[in-house]
Amino acid sequence: MTRPLLLQGGRVIDPSRSLDQTMDVLIQDGKIAAVGTGLGSPDGADVRDVRGKVVAPGLLDVHVHLREPGNEDVETIASGTRAAAAGGFTAVCAMPNTDPVTDNQAAVGFIVRQAARAGLTRVYPIGAISVGQKGEQLSEFGEMVGAGAVAVSDDGKPVASSHMMRTALEYAQTFGIPVADHCEEPTLAAGGVMHEGLVATRLGLKGIPAAAEEIMVGRDILLAELTGGHVHLCHMSTRGSVELIRRAKERGVRVTAEVTPHHLTLTDLACEGYDTQAKMNPPLREAADVAALRAALKDGVIDCIASDHAPHAYDAKEAAFDDAPFGVAGLETAFGVAWTELVEGGVLTAAELIARMSTAPAAALRLPGGSLKPGAPADVVVLDVTARWTVDPVTFFSKSRNTPFAGRTLTGRAALTVVGGTVVHPGEGPSAA
Amino acid sequence: MGDILHSRVARSNIWGLLKLGAEVGVCGPATLMPRGIEELGVCRFRRIEEAIEWADVLNVLRLQLERMERGFIPSLREYYRVFGVTQERLERAPRQLTIMHPGPMNRGVEIDSRVADGSHSVILAQVTNGVAVRMAALYLLAGGRPELADAAKGPAGGASE
Repeated sequence: MTRPLLLQGGRVIDPSRSLDQTMDVLIQDGKIAAVGTGLGSPDGADVRDVRGKVVAPGLLDVHVHLREPGNEDVETIASGTRAAAAGGFTAVCAMPNTDPVTDNQAAVGFIVRQAARAGLTRVYPIGAISVGQKGEQLSEFGEMVGAGAVAVSDDGKPVASSHMMRTALEYAQTFGIPVADHCEEPTLAAGGVMHEGLVATRLGLKGIPAAAEEIMVGRDILLAELTGGHVHLCHMSTRGSVELIRRAKERGVRVTAEVTPHHLTLTDLACEGYDTQAKMNPPLREAADVAALRAALKDGVIDCIASDHAPHAYDAKEAAFDDAPFGVAGLETAFGVAWTELVEGGVLTAAELIARMSTAPAAALRLPGGSLKPGAPADVVVLDVTARWTVDPVTFFSKSRNTPFAGRTLTGRAALTVVGGTVVHPGEGPSAA
Repeated sequence: MGDILHSRVARSNIWGLLKLGAEVGVCGPATLMPRGIEELGVCRFRRIEEAIEWADVLNVLRLQLERMERGFIPSLREYYRVFGVTQERLERAPRQLTIMHPGPMNRGVEIDSRVADGSHSVILAQVTNGVAVRMAALYLLAGGRPELADAAKGPAGGASE
């Protein structure tokens, strides 16, 4: 049994109970035992002075790629969850585009077991919609849910067939899980490597138009409306998508959406100099898109922030822009980027950011967590929101280094990450501090 | 229970049972559920456990193998695990259910053999009666006149007019 843990004098922000005040949090037997002022410390308790820091429900990332099985050179469930713990995340959802694809109960069970073995951040597997993510035959949602899957997605690939998407949205309802879609109309996006716009024209690179995303956003919304199913739209990147989601939510369609820290803070200008660290899918868009995404996150049209953590080997990114893979390793920079750009930038309040990274993603995918209510599992993060630090990918716990934020000075990072009452960051061994 | 979308049994039974005053519910994967079915006056269950808890009688429909090939369900194995009428599920029911199936059955897909052959199954009587009712219906539709049929006259010396 782990020792009781008393976090004294922090600014406790719990969006699930609209709480934002200086208090103590007592953790005992893996659960939140009490939240209040002047809490006594039980015998043998580990007492931490967290004055000046934020104490919040552990952050929850509904969209990460842990690369295991299949690409353990780039990331493993152990290294990815260590990176997540360092980033303040107490739970992540693992996308199924592994090798082999996570499209059956045995594969889902493997991820659950590897995560338990690592013993760090919780991992909720997402199963594939179709066998092999080929878009032809439905995977066994029921068996995957039985093994621990919390949603289905063919992420990395769009669901090209509207019939397949409809069937998935219908079939998923038996199990009460959302269908998450990577919205990209494949024939429009084919061969594109960055946002279709002036910068792509100047660089001579093939673009991916905003419409490639918006067509699928529109289609998925219509199919959710037809079937009554719940569609979760991954990594939204355009102002047009925001408008479609806003109207869908107004008429009561069951749609939730996420946005990444990089789409909230960078534009296609980051691709200048053919910088492959800025190559991601969906691509970085324009300033007007960034503004619309920020406003949508603020007013809840977009539910939550997700990192789309997509690790790649450094040498894979050291290639011509056309040849480099899409993706950003985002777990260890997500909170710092969001706090610096959105809270210090005056877009969100501290409580709103915590909500969009904990309570809201838990609600969107109907996961446990996102609350400091007494009795809840003790998934807690202590955030040092005054710490200024410079992003140095060499210090990442992730096996990969691909980030467009290298060299940036950020404010805010996780000082302590607790999963089920156990401190998982900082741990033993090298510290990123 | 089962593939309501492709079932003639479901559509005719819904009309007939409602007319006779029964309450009718339907249950199956949403991919095999016709749109607007509730508007026919039936309630809908997403999970077999809920249907079993509600019902007095289960009429289990055949799952045609080509439904899997057309992509309505992932596999017959998963169909059995999620929607199969099994002894274990029936044992958790608050009351003893009568089990029906219009046949032919896929044992181990939509229904367990133990259930199909169990003491509360009326499947064989249902099939036998079904043959007789169909014969009668076809006879009448073909212009048959039961008052002229020997069999309808009853025992010799009976009340023929």
